[in-house]
Amino acid sequence: MSEFLPPALQSIMPNLIQIAYLVATGLFIFGIKRLGSPATARSGNQLAASGMLLGVIVTLFEREIVSFEYIIAGVLIGGIIGLFFAKKVPMTSMPEMVAIFNGFGGGASALVAWGEFTRLSPALMTTDSLVTIGLSVLIGSVTFTGSFIAFGKLQGFISGNPITFPGQNYFNLLLTFALFALVGWLTVDPEFQMVFWILFGLSLFLGIMTVIPIGGADMPVVISLLNSYSGIAASMAGFVLNNNLLIISGALVGAAGLILTNIMCKAMNRTLGNVLFGAFGSEGAVLATDGDAGDKTVRETMADDVAIQCAYAKKVIVVPGYGLAVAQAQHALKEVANLLEEKGVTVKYGIHPVAGRMPGHMNVLLAEADVPYDQLYDMEQINPEFKSADVVLIIGANDVVNPAAKTNPSSPIYGMPVLNVEEANRTIVFKRSLNPGFAGIDNELFYMENNQMFFGDAKKSLQALVGALQDLDD
Amino acid sequence: MDELIFNLFIFTLAAFTGFELIVKVPPTLHTPLMSGANAISGITLLGGLLIAGSVGGTTAQIIGLVAIIFATINVVGGFMVTDRMLEMFKKKEDDQ
Repeated sequence: MSEFLPPALQSIMPNLIQIAYLVATGLFIFGIKRLGSPATARSGNQLAASGMLLGVIVTLFEREIVSFEYIIAGVLIGGIIGLFFAKKVPMTSMPEMVAIFNGFGGGASALVAWGEFTRLSPALMTTDSLVTIGLSVLIGSVTFTGSFIAFGKLQGFISGNPITFPGQNYFNLLLTFALFALVGWLTVDPEFQMVFWILFGLSLFLGIMTVIPIGGADMPVVISLLNSYSGIAASMAGFVLNNNLLIISGALVGAAGLILTNIMCKAMNRTLGNVLFGAFGSEGAVLATDGDAGDKTVRETMADDVAIQCAYAKKVIVVPGYGLAVAQAQHALKEVANLLEEKGVTVKYGIHPVAGRMPGHMNVLLAEADVPYDQLYDMEQINPEFKSADVVLIIGANDVVNPAAKTNPSSPIYGMPVLNVEEANRTIVFKRSLNPGFAGIDNELFYMENNQMFFGDAKKSLQALVGALQDLDD
Repeated sequence: MDELIFNLFIFTLAAFTGFELIVKVPPTLHTPLMSGANAISGITLLGGLLIAGSVGGTTAQIIGLVAIIFATINVVGGFMVTDRMLEMFKKKEDDQ
């Protein structure tokens, strides 16, 4: 587009582009920074988006860019598809959405490297650019196929159970080494195109192989890690093209994704190695019952009784789990909270880091139901409060409130940080049945003295509770 | 080789910046953050533009076209969906 500019401007354009890139970098950094607080998060996202827009616009003024047919077509097609997905996807499917967008991003980086490889004559390429092309193809392709497998597992197209075979970890390790060797080979013999194709194909294959042995419940961690990979892939593409903005933004995302992955692993009391190579859930049905399951009894309760207990409470803490979202019961819950607040009851929400399908997912789902974010408390904030709570409503959550994680060293979830709900005066568990949660573990809480079970679909139960609360006034 | 070293410097410093930016984020925002960061990684779109718009043969341009489509889905979808999530985060005061 630079030929449309006056000659004076044309000559300084390369510098202007770099300055604009610097501004875009600043917008990304401030954007991510502002994403760190609920009050500023939205503007942070908008800052980052405007940085992206600025980067795209000034790039069009690069002297190299001479034709626009492909660019316009590509941006239109991609923009419409992206817009469609972004508008249509329900909030409960957010993990799938992030996985699929991430896959496209990684795929794009691999394609950029491939395009550069095709565009330049291999004999003229330097070792530097060949190494970075190879790495970009490798990481981008792994991100691409890995993300789509993760998407398939979350959607249920592919079995959520770990798919394993003997020697799998060694096989993957060998495959990874082979791929790095191929990158090396590419740099010494770039004219032997077959190496490039094998590298490309095997990288796509490695993406599949690394994700299939991981259980569905661990997918958020995998997506976060793949998010980090897609950043690194973009950064590598920046090395290929000598583009600072790509290098910086990619590195920012790569590092941020890694930290997030780590935070998530901690929340589940797992190490990253254990998530990636442990095939958690395969022998999942290790039931940690104490052998006396036969004589344990639960106390059942009904809507009217729950209504009375809550209405005369001073403080009610709600612990929502993914079951709440599956039942689409967020709005009914919000109604219950409103009625209780009208009666002068303090309502707080205690959110376990892995309450939804990914960290922070539950917060989004509750925000969708208009629950103000200052009523939502993280695990560390809410745990000291259970002692003073009159009633705790546990809705669709199971493993995150299991006291066995603190008391029973033989439990598979032993050591996982949990919410100390049993310290409250009364706990009421909303649950379909006594089935164990994803880890396949019995929950001691259900049989405790001060616990009551409210069986049924979460949405119907909450609606019944709304009715019962309204009846109290009449 | 000079260029590679220079790029490595930038890469390393940016990675440290990324670490520092994220450490303090509350769990409430992890989902939007992941999705927002994901949209930023669509920056590879610029690479697609350079390849699809320059004279490097039809094959390279078509590869560039597909790269642009993929990256634009990532960028547009990512930022829009993050905005949709964050739009819903409200304080109690705004409610009434």
